[in-house]
Amino acid sequence: MCQECGCSKPGPYQVGDRKVESHTHTLPDGMVLTHAHDHGSAHGHAHGHAHPHQILNLNTGILSANDRAAEQNRGAFKALNLLVLNVVSSPGAGKTALLTKTLNELKGRLRCGVIVGDLATDNDAARLRTTGAPVVQIATGTLCHLEAGMVAEAMKQLDLRALDLLIIENVGNLVCPASFDLGEALRVVLHSVTEGEDKPLKYPPMFHSADAVVVTKTDMSAAAGFDRELALKNIRQAAPHAEVFELSSRTGDGMKVWCDYLIARKAKS
Amino acid sequence: MHEFGIMESALALAEKNTRTAGATQIHRLKVRVGKLSGVVPEALRFAFAALKANTLAAAAEFEIEEVPAVCWCAACAAEFEAKNLNYECPRCHQPSGDLRRGKEMDLASLEIS
Repeated sequence: MCQECGCSKPGPYQVGDRKVESHTHTLPDGMVLTHAHDHGSAHGHAHGHAHPHQILNLNTGILSANDRAAEQNRGAFKALNLLVLNVVSSPGAGKTALLTKTLNELKGRLRCGVIVGDLATDNDAARLRTTGAPVVQIATGTLCHLEAGMVAEAMKQLDLRALDLLIIENVGNLVCPASFDLGEALRVVLHSVTEGEDKPLKYPPMFHSADAVVVTKTDMSAAAGFDRELALKNIRQAAPHAEVFELSSRTGDGMKVWCDYLIARKAKS
Repeated sequence: MHEFGIMESALALAEKNTRTAGATQIHRLKVRVGKLSGVVPEALRFAFAALKANTLAAAAEFEIEEVPAVCWCAACAAEFEAKNLNYECPRCHQPSGDLRRGKEMDLASLEIS
């Protein structure tokens, strides 16, 4: 169990060069609020009478604050007719390599922008900027996933009206990002051939949440002793609804099918 | 994996609702966790035990309602439980990606006074 990851308790994080400090305060009625900024909104102060052993049926999502922020993002994306991807995988599965190749291949066909999350450094943003696409780096600090509110902050640094496709590269982690909707239209889960064949069975929530599964590093299949048939069977079992792609960002093999899919999805958005 | 953070959020939500109702103590806290929520019930129990001190739920019983993964088969117009990660309809053997239940991560109810 990860006691350090601090999920749903974000500390200060950084969007580009700007630090976003959050602060928590407790209202007189005990309501605990966490804000990214000062703001002037008023908060309700409702209280009733205590009854002996009252039952409160709440049926409220524990992560409902994130879900609300995600729906706001989704609405904004829809209004802008923007196709948005949330790209997730374990660390080192080739997210940044795939995105760099994708951005280069889509030049002149789709106008792309990227929001990229990592715990620290802007190395990925620097790699992605070599494509000429606008890139915003979110350094999450200790947080092991991106949250919808962070994406909303990062969006402000992009001219979304000038984009057709926004790609969000999540923190490398196959567990926590599964629970945090960012408002994306498509969740893309990467599975590299060097990870073996049973990742989809080991991380069912993430793979089941995928709209597309991309098998990466196919040029290394032989060296890794990758059992393609078994891996595809496992992917279909964990995510029967997902579209499956196989490609190598290094050789470009399979990139055309992947890019055509994005263009077709954009046309539908 | 992230059960500590999720439990902290659940406790904050529970305390907020308890205070809003004018109560001072939580006797029972019930959460609802789906098979595909990414939350492990045992880890959540451990997180509750570790975090409950100094909250309104310090003496509360903790209850987890587990929700199975239930899919909708359009061909059969019926639901089926996806047992052991098998999303194939037991009637027509077509796989379904239409998950109807199983992603819940809810604060279900509180017993307070």
